[in-house]
Amino acid sequence: MIDTSLLVQFLLMLLAISVAIVAPARYRALLTGPVVSAIGIAGVVTGWAAVTGQHGSLPVPITIPLGAVTFAPSALGGYFMLVIGAVGAICGIYAIGYVHGPAASRTSWIALAVFVTAMEFVPAAADVVAFLLAWELMAVTSAILVVTEHAQRPAVKTAALWYVAMTQLSFFLVLIGLGILSAGAGSTQFAVFRATHWDAATANLAFVLLVLGFGAKSGIVPLHVWLPRAHPEAPSHVSALMSAAMVKLGIYGAILTSTQFLRADTMWWGVLLLALGTVSAVYGILQASVTSDLKRLLAFSTTENVGLMFLALGAASMLRANGINAVADSAIAACLFLVIAHAAFKTTLFLGAGSILRASGQRDLDLLGGLGSRMPVTSIAFGLAALGAAALPLTAGFVSEWVLLQSLIHGAGATNRILAITMPIAVGAVALTAGLALMTFVKAYGIAFLARPRSEGTSRAKESPISMRIAMLLGAAIVIAMGLTPGLTAHAIALAAGISSVKATGPLTIDLSGVAATLNPGQLLALALVLVLPVVATAAVVARKRPRRAVDLAWGCGGNRLSPRMQYTATSYAEPLSRIFDDSLRPERDVIVTHSTEARYLVDRIQYRQRLSDVFDSRLYTPIISFVERIGASARRLQNGKIHFYLAYSFVAFLVVLVVMSL
Amino acid sequence: MNVAPALLALIQVMAMIAFTPLLVGIMRQVRSLLEGRVGAGVGQPWRDLRKLMRKEPLRAPGISWIQAVGPIVLVVSSLILCALIPLVGTIAFPGLPDDLFVVVGVLLIGTVALALVGLDAGSAFGGMGSSRHMTIAALVEPTVLVSIYALSVPIGSSALSRIVNQRIAEPATMAAPVSLLAMVSLAIAVVAETSRMPVDNPSTHLELTMVHEAMVLESSGRDLAWLELGSWLRLSAMLGLIGALALPWGMALEVAPLPLLVGVLTLGLRLAVLAMALATIEVFLAKLRLFRVPELLAGSFVLALLAVITSYLTVTV
Repeated sequence: MIDTSLLVQFLLMLLAISVAIVAPARYRALLTGPVVSAIGIAGVVTGWAAVTGQHGSLPVPITIPLGAVTFAPSALGGYFMLVIGAVGAICGIYAIGYVHGPAASRTSWIALAVFVTAMEFVPAAADVVAFLLAWELMAVTSAILVVTEHAQRPAVKTAALWYVAMTQLSFFLVLIGLGILSAGAGSTQFAVFRATHWDAATANLAFVLLVLGFGAKSGIVPLHVWLPRAHPEAPSHVSALMSAAMVKLGIYGAILTSTQFLRADTMWWGVLLLALGTVSAVYGILQASVTSDLKRLLAFSTTENVGLMFLALGAASMLRANGINAVADSAIAACLFLVIAHAAFKTTLFLGAGSILRASGQRDLDLLGGLGSRMPVTSIAFGLAALGAAALPLTAGFVSEWVLLQSLIHGAGATNRILAITMPIAVGAVALTAGLALMTFVKAYGIAFLARPRSEGTSRAKESPISMRIAMLLGAAIVIAMGLTPGLTAHAIALAAGISSVKATGPLTIDLSGVAATLNPGQLLALALVLVLPVVATAAVVARKRPRRAVDLAWGCGGNRLSPRMQYTATSYAEPLSRIFDDSLRPERDVIVTHSTEARYLVDRIQYRQRLSDVFDSRLYTPIISFVERIGASARRLQNGKIHFYLAYSFVAFLVVLVVMSL
Repeated sequence: MNVAPALLALIQVMAMIAFTPLLVGIMRQVRSLLEGRVGAGVGQPWRDLRKLMRKEPLRAPGISWIQAVGPIVLVVSSLILCALIPLVGTIAFPGLPDDLFVVVGVLLIGTVALALVGLDAGSAFGGMGSSRHMTIAALVEPTVLVSIYALSVPIGSSALSRIVNQRIAEPATMAAPVSLLAMVSLAIAVVAETSRMPVDNPSTHLELTMVHEAMVLESSGRDLAWLELGSWLRLSAMLGLIGALALPWGMALEVAPLPLLVGVLTLGLRLAVLAMALATIEVFLAKLRLFRVPELLAGSFVLALLAVITSYLTVTV
């Protein structure tokens, strides 16, 4: 059966391309945006059909000698198509109002449409060739989108270079890994992979390569270095797509590898995944909590969330290796729940950041402030999504971390000492991550939206156009809706991963029968409402008698008129934390004190400078890059531009060939 | 089916609202007496609340809705805590377990509300308090989760009511080393989370050392009343949690007049004992430097982690 909805997606992509080419510049965004959105909606439809088991296939008739090229989404692939489609649909709407300058060009719109479609086709692929084709198409179009604003800011070029290098590294590792599997199975079909019994050496090698390859795509430490560069420099709707959707395909690859192809039942695979995940989660959120660039903060928070997903996956592998299957299933469910929750809140947060950037021209939190009254819709949407990112109750983020923690605390048992030690540490790491995430998002929201503007541009900020507001509110609504109806998501997850121990008893309740725990956030909401009523009633009665009185000045401990420069900034907000963790963050601080000329005891001015760099940049990548450059420099000695040297080289080469042939 | 837990929750909330200001009064009075002062009397917090409630709040330019809504969110989150934690009895809602993660999540809602109130006015002190408050909250979270996790290991459930039930049924488990370790680390975490000595000095008025007080500097009138009530409720709910775990006797196991009456009375007794103990200890403690607090918290985290790991390894033996 031909999968018509996949075909429809492809046709919609062609439509988007032609609209982008034909439409006059004035109406280009208005006409192309909805088509891009439609691609996303078609992806949601296709994905849901695949999750519920009604899917066809789309064989692509091309004559390359590598084997068949077929797209036929599995239930798991369908789940990811669903997530990506929803993100694509929201970003398509948002882009209508957001794009300006080079992001509104034909090239950008075409790249955007192809990018969204390619991301939809990666999880639909049913064989290696189809997978790699879609994967590379996704990588190329995303690189075009990252480089969009290269003429405006020089940092874009560096970011794009890092992104391309890391994404090619990822492609290379995935290619070799899948190549090894194809050779071992004698086929490029995923269906054959699933049925093959691997020998240990092949499986181990392929596992390490694939985990690193997919890890690089999803931004796992130490391969995360492109995230904090590419996400801030890309246009915000592209950042949202990359962070909320593209990165998830790395997770998809890792799940596919460990639970379907290789069916990981080796303990150390799980330990490796868990360790990668734990380090990424803690390091990512630590960097996010001290950075003051809003989009860089969100990028590091992506590393954190991806880390939590790897952690869940690793825990599932370890538990399955020990035969604790019911709990392993809920760990997989936690991973999939994190995927969809992160997609929802991170889309909204990046779109909110874009809205701030567009209105104020700033993405440095130290220069923002007071946007709550100037941009109320952005403020509400960003605030709700930040609650989700901080995993507070009644949001999707909370439910996903709840499922994760429940699987971790029920996973450890007395049977295996490694489990008895790793699971508590993982719980501690998840808790620390959650605590730091809370601080990070209180900082992001509080500094950007509350208090008073810290720069000129910020004080003139205006609310964004209607399409952006709709997209942001839609994203925020999904964060809350999924938090209140976890049963729906649990149902989809149970179908997608084929697990029976996680189920929904009604749309409101998630039931982890593997660990005997249920959660119904609706009851928490009901309880909250019951308790709110008397408090608000009292407050209203008192407020009627004594209304608020406006005063000219904030109290400020009796200080005089407070200038906006005296407010806490994002940097000062995170200062205690950067001091506590300075062993792992290694901030560079310069304090220059100029004394008054009259007396040494009087200080004229103090300059304080702080630079926070990524430890992995300076400790890992700088040595590698300088090593490669040294090799390049020594190779240059061979190329000195003298023609007789080159003749000598070819003569020697010729001789060597002759000698080799004669052997 | 939901009537019994709802009734119990209602009784817990009412009891806590009645007890909390008295509890704060007791702590202040004990402290005054030990320091050789006369003290304002046990009823002073009630009188303070009544006074503040009657005053109008001031609104400085640039202040947003957070200033009015934040305090109410704090009070409501503290009230939810009072309803969820087993204080008078151990009957939980069926779909809403008094699960440790849910309880911590609700606690953090209050933390966030308070931190945003601190940032709202844009004064330097508010931001400072908010920043310190969130830093401490971030570092406390691992200890809270892992220490209750340690207590949950023997029964295989993270629901607080089931943990308390088990401790009532087998009091011997409370004296087990694992349980003691976990209780100590939980107590340290609670002290930090509720801004008590040695992490924060609740009665300080020196701006540079304040954490909690710095955040509420800009609030006045009924906003301040709600903030004070919310923080006190939070303190007494967490003390109640420790009390329920350490001295679980007298809990109502069913919803009937006599057990409930006993439950309420023992709750009052437990809270009074803990409050006096806390106040007495606080007199002899000096506030820690802010950057020594992480060491304290790291220590308590290690205790909690040890408790969990030992609890698994001792089961094997």
